[in-house]
Amino acid sequence: MSLVRQFRDGAAEFFVAFGAAFLFLLRLLADTPRALARPGLIFRQVHVVGANSLVLIMMAGLFVGMVLGLQFYNTMAKFGAEQSLGPVVVLALVRELGPVVTALLFAGRAGTALASEIGLMKATEQLAGMEMMAVDPIRYVVVPRFLGAFIAMPLLTAIFNAIAILGAWFVAVQMMGLDGGQFWAPMPDNVDVYDDVLGGVLKSVFFGAAAGLLAVFEGYRAHPTAEGVSRATTRTVVITAMTVLVLDYMLTAMLI
Amino acid sequence: MNRSVEFATGLFIFLGLLALFFLITQTTNIQAYGGDGYTVTARFTNVGSLKARAPVALAGVTIGRVENITVDPQRLDAVVTMTIDSRYDQLPLDSSAAILTSGLLGEKYVGIQPGADTESLAQGDEILFTQSAVVLENLISKYLFDSASGGEE
Repeated sequence: MSLVRQFRDGAAEFFVAFGAAFLFLLRLLADTPRALARPGLIFRQVHVVGANSLVLIMMAGLFVGMVLGLQFYNTMAKFGAEQSLGPVVVLALVRELGPVVTALLFAGRAGTALASEIGLMKATEQLAGMEMMAVDPIRYVVVPRFLGAFIAMPLLTAIFNAIAILGAWFVAVQMMGLDGGQFWAPMPDNVDVYDDVLGGVLKSVFFGAAAGLLAVFEGYRAHPTAEGVSRATTRTVVITAMTVLVLDYMLTAMLI
Repeated sequence: MNRSVEFATGLFIFLGLLALFFLITQTTNIQAYGGDGYTVTARFTNVGSLKARAPVALAGVTIGRVENITVDPQRLDAVVTMTIDSRYDQLPLDSSAAILTSGLLGEKYVGIQPGADTESLAQGDEILFTQSAVVLENLISKYLFDSASGGEE
């Protein structure tokens, strides 16, 4: 009996959080035009969430690309299909790996930072203080962070993809001895601008919105205690990762 | 905002756009889009696995792309619409089109065989002489039945 009740409460909690996040998104969107009037705040957040994640994303991209190059080269060489390595690597990256891995890394690096920052502002009553001064914390604190994540994610994904392709090129061409022309030449015949590359960019735009929203949402509704902030941080990573993976399946199904 | 923050943000956005530019220009078929061209059509009884955006080649060189493939409900054949680069506007009117395969299992493409007419193909013209895709199953069954009937005689 208690198991049923637990399940029911869990389901209710899920729908409450889902609804609250959606309403929060509507609130952010309603305040977006006024936040856009102060682009300085947004670009500061692009720096915080984007430029500060740059080194992490580049390192991750480089090694993901190198692993892809190594694995696919060894497997495809068995079938004499090394000349398909370039298109396979590019398609895997721009369609799936780039947007998803970038979003997961982003949740770990920038999402946690956003959630704990806003949570701490709440715990130290800075948000309440702003409200006392008739400054809307949603407009000046939350929306710029959301928009910063929204802008940064597609750019981070593009950087991740480009570095990963260069990493795969390095392994396949420089280390394994594949001909450079065989690596680059088949790409244009197999990779489509709209279906593949811009489809991937569209994914990363959705992931940016999801990761940004969930980070500021969890931070904003955190319990104003040290424990509450740490929980919000953990929840941000877990929920963002799940949301990104579910969203990825739905977007893939729509784009194909 | 201090200078180093602005520098890092600017560098980040620049790198992001540069990466996107690299992806689009170096790894994709962006050149297949855009550019001036004229469209011609051709009718085939069977297009095989020809796809939209497959290359149209003259003497092995890509001169255009397949725009779309539809079925004519009256004549029950496939109508392939192709865009040919406007640089190649002197294809003779009686050129023929064939659906060919690059390699044994490769992609299908449209090969243009130039004719001898003095007039050239222009926007909206139809290539009248066509050769359909070779379907492997038909070929094999023809060969099998031929040899079977040959054995009876």
